[in-house]
Amino acid sequence: MEHAKPLFARVRNSFVQMYFTATGDPMIRVRNLVKRFGVVTAIDGISFDVEKGQVVGFLGPNGAGKTTTIRILTGYHPATEGSASVAGFDVLTQSLHVRRRIGYLPESAPLYPEMRVREYLRFRSKLHGMSSADAAKAIDAVVSRCWLSEFVNRPIGQLSKGMRQRVGLADAILHDPDVLILDEPTVGLDPTQIRESLSLIRELSERHTVLFSSHILPQVEQICDEVIIINRGRIVAYGAPKKLGEEKAAGSRLIAEIRGPGAEIERAVGALPGVESVERQTHDGWERLTIRARGRDDVREGIYKLASQKGWGLREIRRELDSLEDYYLKITSGAMEDGRSAAVRA
Amino acid sequence: MKRVSTLAERELSVYFLSPIAYVVLTIFLAVSGVLFITQVFSPGAESSLRGLSNDVWPIILVFILPMITMRLLSDEFRSGTIETLMTAPVTDADVVLGKFLGAMVFYLVILATTLLYPVLLTIWGSVDWGMAFSTYVGLILLGGFFISVGLFFSAWTSNQVIAVVCSFVLLAVLMFLARYLGGFLSGLPRMLVQHVDVRYHYEDFARGAVVLNHVVYFVTLTALFLFLTIKTLESRRWR
Repeated sequence: MEHAKPLFARVRNSFVQMYFTATGDPMIRVRNLVKRFGVVTAIDGISFDVEKGQVVGFLGPNGAGKTTTIRILTGYHPATEGSASVAGFDVLTQSLHVRRRIGYLPESAPLYPEMRVREYLRFRSKLHGMSSADAAKAIDAVVSRCWLSEFVNRPIGQLSKGMRQRVGLADAILHDPDVLILDEPTVGLDPTQIRESLSLIRELSERHTVLFSSHILPQVEQICDEVIIINRGRIVAYGAPKKLGEEKAAGSRLIAEIRGPGAEIERAVGALPGVESVERQTHDGWERLTIRARGRDDVREGIYKLASQKGWGLREIRRELDSLEDYYLKITSGAMEDGRSAAVRA
Repeated sequence: MKRVSTLAERELSVYFLSPIAYVVLTIFLAVSGVLFITQVFSPGAESSLRGLSNDVWPIILVFILPMITMRLLSDEFRSGTIETLMTAPVTDADVVLGKFLGAMVFYLVILATTLLYPVLLTIWGSVDWGMAFSTYVGLILLGGFFISVGLFFSAWTSNQVIAVVCSFVLLAVLMFLARYLGGFLSGLPRMLVQHVDVRYHYEDFARGAVVLNHVVYFVTLTALFLFLTIKTLESRRWR
């Protein structure tokens, strides 16, 4: 789309780029953001940075405060306390500057059903102050990018949910914004459409910094450089998905099935170095042991040696690591009472 | 300004895509057409628009203009498109003015259809074009004020029915109740009520006089309601 932009916009963009490369300032900076609706506190002291060029996933159960945070960033709601800036501009006092640099796809992609796709995109390009020649080029570019070419002359009201989502996305990237903010871009799509959307978002991240929210962890893990997990208005985990997985998944579990004298097996295995606790169940002649190891110690070798030394039969030994998914499920099911104490930067 | 005209253009095109515009046009043209034929366009009748412009049109406008303004903002709130609109690089004032102008142009289209009447009258009689001119000035000012009231209530609710009823009630109070109450009063209270009475300010236009007082009255009230609409929109961001 670069060719479609007027000279001044290109010059402006390269200055913006130079500024951010030179200073290393984050593209999105959020500091101690608080938003209250009456007595309800929707978000409670959120801080994070999104660096230029990153894809950041904003993860949390429904009602965690994702949409509220996003609405503050896009200038739709003002914050009660705290500050936020996008591309160096304050979202409250320099709202118009921020809005020019943001491409925003709200949850459920609201659009005017009576307008045709091309007509809608033309309307939006004019709101962004693009000339008709620039707009025409930009529209062609985003339409092919979002696989909408066949549908440009269809009224939006006739399109399926997935299609409308794409029209919303096309609108968001129309003016080649520095930052793309997408609120639940995969909700209500079928599995194929979800995969397509995610790969499109990944593709878009080559030109734009992307912040997108979701309540489904695997989607976020798949395409994000960083994840921010938020629950009840607070950040509970923040970092690269892989690192977070290692950090949050504190323990591991071993399942071993051994044939022999049950009580003795339990005692001997319990005495192995690194073993924290052992539980035993008898299953058609086999002793099924569930072993908790201390930290991330691997005691599989010890168990094997013990069994062969004593002449016990060993038919299965399996290690299960707690994943980020387990941790996330724990949060979403409400098992984590106070998020703040658990917050870490991985 | 370019953004205001973009927004106005969209509103105008939506009117012609939705059934409501045709309903409104039909009501307006049917009522004024029937009255024109029976009251004005008959032998011996006065060759002027006064039969229509004095009472009939202002009263029809109380009913139909809320119908064309009700969806302006309500519909954006209901469908959630307000979020894409208010996060685009446009100010709240751009949005309000754009919507106002869109509705205004649609209203002018409705009014333009009535230009047929003075033309017909000139063929079979003579028309006082000066008076016709002042009538249209009055109708444009009156309609602009009604539209700003409708737009204001549309900013308060996502429910179009509530918006239309509220604006209808306020316009009816200003049009009918004020005059009715004025009949019971005298002296200063009467004068105050008279100033609230929209028809008192409009009637001179229908009589053929463009009086500055009345022009100022309509322009200020319209500006006031547009201002209140902008403030309402701003305040909605905080909720």
